[in-house]
Amino acid sequence: MYTVGASAALEHQGRRRRCFGLNIPDAEAGADVVISRLTGAMVLVACALGAAVPAPAQDASAGKAIPAAAASPADDGNWVMPGKDYASTRYSAQDEINTGNVRDLQVAFTFSTGVERGHEAPPLVVGGTMYIVTPYPNRLFALDLTKPGAPLKWSFDPKPAASAQGVACCDYVNRGPAFADGRLFINTLDGQTIAVAAETGRELWRTQLGDINKGETITMAPLVVKGKVLVGNSGGEFGVRGWLTALDAGTGTIAWKAYSTGPDADVLIGPDYKPFYDKEKGKDLGVTSWPPDAWTIGGGTVWGWISYDPELNLIYHGTANPGPWNPEQRPGDNKWTGGIFARNPDTGQARWFYQVVPHDLYDHDAINELLLLDLPVNGAMRKTVVRPERNGYLYVLDRATGEVLSADPYAAINSSTGVDLKTGELAMVEAKAPKLGKVVRDICPTAPGAKDWNPSAFSPRTGLIYIPHMNLCMDWQSSEANYIAGTPYVGAEVRMFAGPGGHRGELSAWDPVKRAKAWSVKEDFPLWSGALTTAGDLLFYGTMEGWFKALDARTGEELWRFKTGSGIIGQPIAYRGPDGHEYVAVLSGVGGWAGAVVVGNLDPRDATAAKGFATAVADLKTKTTKGGMLYVFALPQRR
Amino acid sequence: MSSPCRSAVSLAALAVLTVAACDREEREPRGAPVGDSGPAAITQGTLYAGQPSPPGPSHREYEGNAYHISQGKQLYVWFNCGTCHANGGGDIGPPLMDDQWIYGGTLENIHATILQGRPNGMPSFRGKIPEQQVWEIAAYVRSLSGQTPKAASPGRSDSLNAKPDEQRMPREEPKGSSPGGPNLEGRQ
Ligand code: HEC
Repeated sequence: MYTVGASAALEHQGRRRRCFGLNIPDAEAGADVVISRLTGAMVLVACALGAAVPAPAQDASAGKAIPAAAASPADDGNWVMPGKDYASTRYSAQDEINTGNVRDLQVAFTFSTGVERGHEAPPLVVGGTMYIVTPYPNRLFALDLTKPGAPLKWSFDPKPAASAQGVACCDYVNRGPAFADGRLFINTLDGQTIAVAAETGRELWRTQLGDINKGETITMAPLVVKGKVLVGNSGGEFGVRGWLTALDAGTGTIAWKAYSTGPDADVLIGPDYKPFYDKEKGKDLGVTSWPPDAWTIGGGTVWGWISYDPELNLIYHGTANPGPWNPEQRPGDNKWTGGIFARNPDTGQARWFYQVVPHDLYDHDAINELLLLDLPVNGAMRKTVVRPERNGYLYVLDRATGEVLSADPYAAINSSTGVDLKTGELAMVEAKAPKLGKVVRDICPTAPGAKDWNPSAFSPRTGLIYIPHMNLCMDWQSSEANYIAGTPYVGAEVRMFAGPGGHRGELSAWDPVKRAKAWSVKEDFPLWSGALTTAGDLLFYGTMEGWFKALDARTGEELWRFKTGSGIIGQPIAYRGPDGHEYVAVLSGVGGWAGAVVVGNLDPRDATAAKGFATAVADLKTKTTKGGMLYVFALPQRR
Repeated sequence: MSSPCRSAVSLAALAVLTVAACDREEREPRGAPVGDSGPAAITQGTLYAGQPSPPGPSHREYEGNAYHISQGKQLYVWFNCGTCHANGGGDIGPPLMDDQWIYGGTLENIHATILQGRPNGMPSFRGKIPEQQVWEIAAYVRSLSGQTPKAASPGRSDSLNAKPDEQRMPREEPKGSSPGGPNLEGRQ
């Protein structure tokens, strides 16, 4: 409950408290689930005069959010890209498995990947074949779904350089392959993009894009748009210079490359560029908003998710944290890190940019998933891009212009007080800002944020966004980062711990129209898996202990759970098999930044192990072990 | 905003790098082994053909010397060891405060690891860190798991007190995969 006294009692659904442009959502009561409220007290720290005011009238005209039509074609039963569609809904229209029968769900088949590191990827399914890419060494497997037990059809071993393991900040993960026109595309940890023939596994081309000796790796899932494979680098903890590039899907040659720092010509900022806010305007800000030359090692990598609106012909992607983490070493806004770009996929030219975290203080990469939804705002339908950010706010932006329509906290925040919608500025809390020579205590959220890379899902049936996230806070001590190429460039020591309430994870169902949580479920461990929602009104996700769960997407009631062999940090999918029946698949295999304590067998006596994450989840070592395994589930009569 | 970023710390490290880079220019053409850390002096496995060889030439003076170990602690930070291994608990690289060693936990093993690099992502610092400083860092790494005499181990960290001081670390008994560690080199 809010700890703000009597006024809380006056509040009811559809009303919200406003203070200095900050909206604090109220939770809608659900029947039999734990209703977790935001820790309003924390948000209100700098907001003592907050008073309850009636919500604007249009909130009552409860329209529903729908996915951008051009970006979410009818479900054909396949799952050809990690986000399911260009709108990144992670919604399957399959409904054979539903709230009525999910309790009968059983394992249909399994497959061991033989890799022990964190499995963050989703399987893909295309016309009777399932494709799986593993963490380093980035093996690609094709399973024949038309035969009993889904035997291996072919496998492909790209043989990346082993040394790449040393420059992967947070485990040797890979977030998935992409499929288009009979080809599969994968990125390798050592900085290559490779195309193979989907039918045979034969290599078609490979292009070296990153240099591990500069600390560059690639972990993101590519996205194929109009014959171009979009790929961005990782390495924001190594002083690399971030970029997104487009490769010709047929040949692997580079069509364009957009850097996240440097002169406008390198960033592909030209005549098309029309940002909404004044703060994003100016010449060569990618140079001038940095100390001399700091932009050359300033980060802003593009390791997260990309969405595409065919109607506006714009792709949307984020840029990660500036480097080093120690903010005092890089006075200025540090453009174009920590923000969202809209670009023309044909040329790469920027249309707009919004810097979510100017001069980022906390490693708040702005690379999370971008859901393309149309929804009513102030009575009018708007084409929006919606994103639960690492900094704890759920942003709704106009996806044509980059205007912020709302930014509401979905998790505990005490390091900022809200976003001014007129200027787009995020108001920070001075007392929580890192200072050299000082330990700043109890900062919420943490460096990995209220939520990291693991994507949410959106159901057009419920109108809700299902956000798997964390509830952690941290102590932070800045130090002098020292740039040595090929080694990390961080300059901060961090220690994380459970946030208010003591639970470390949470699954929140968010109503983007009401701008409030519909319901939420607390989890002991941080959630590091993606979410999947289906037309059977189910929500699937996994926990770091290894539970794979199905919830009622309307109420949050848990309907089914299955214990897999290792912790789950992968992205579940649903598909229609060659037999016409629905299947749900997920990779189990703990790891990632959150699971590094297990896969790296780290020593949590050192609270700074894994950049402060290891101690926060030290007990995970007693709950699960490493090892990658595919699990596919179906209703029993189908086996 | 006042910028503390050009502090003595990075300048000193830069100077070390520059000097070290010059050393390499002179040394590399002949490919001479660095110190006595060549393959002949280092054992990485726990299997021996015939009788175990006697331990290689000792650099024990580094392990028993509080000055060298505290220098090693500084250098561990300046050369970014801590950015990959944290304060010993591990991160990208394995923990250095526990009882497991992939490539051996003796002073010589650690010295060799730093110079040669290791295949799964440990960078080679050959030619980047002067010889004596490598020994100092190696001695400090030994102190992380309590292998150095208490009197010589650092007593207070200037970090956010993330872990027990080296001085108070219980001595970890290196386990099976640690060549020579417990039997030939490890005991004080
Ligand atoms: C870029 C990241 C990185 C940096 C910087 C780094 N290391 Fe490592 N280190 C690793 C990785 C990864 C391994 C594991 C290599 C392997 O298994 O092949 C490793 C292995 C080691 C080992 C061997 C551990 C064992 O169990 O045998 C030692 C000792 C070590 N590092 C010490 C250091 C020291 C001292 C420094 C600073 C001079 C340093 N490292 C800098 C990544 C790093």
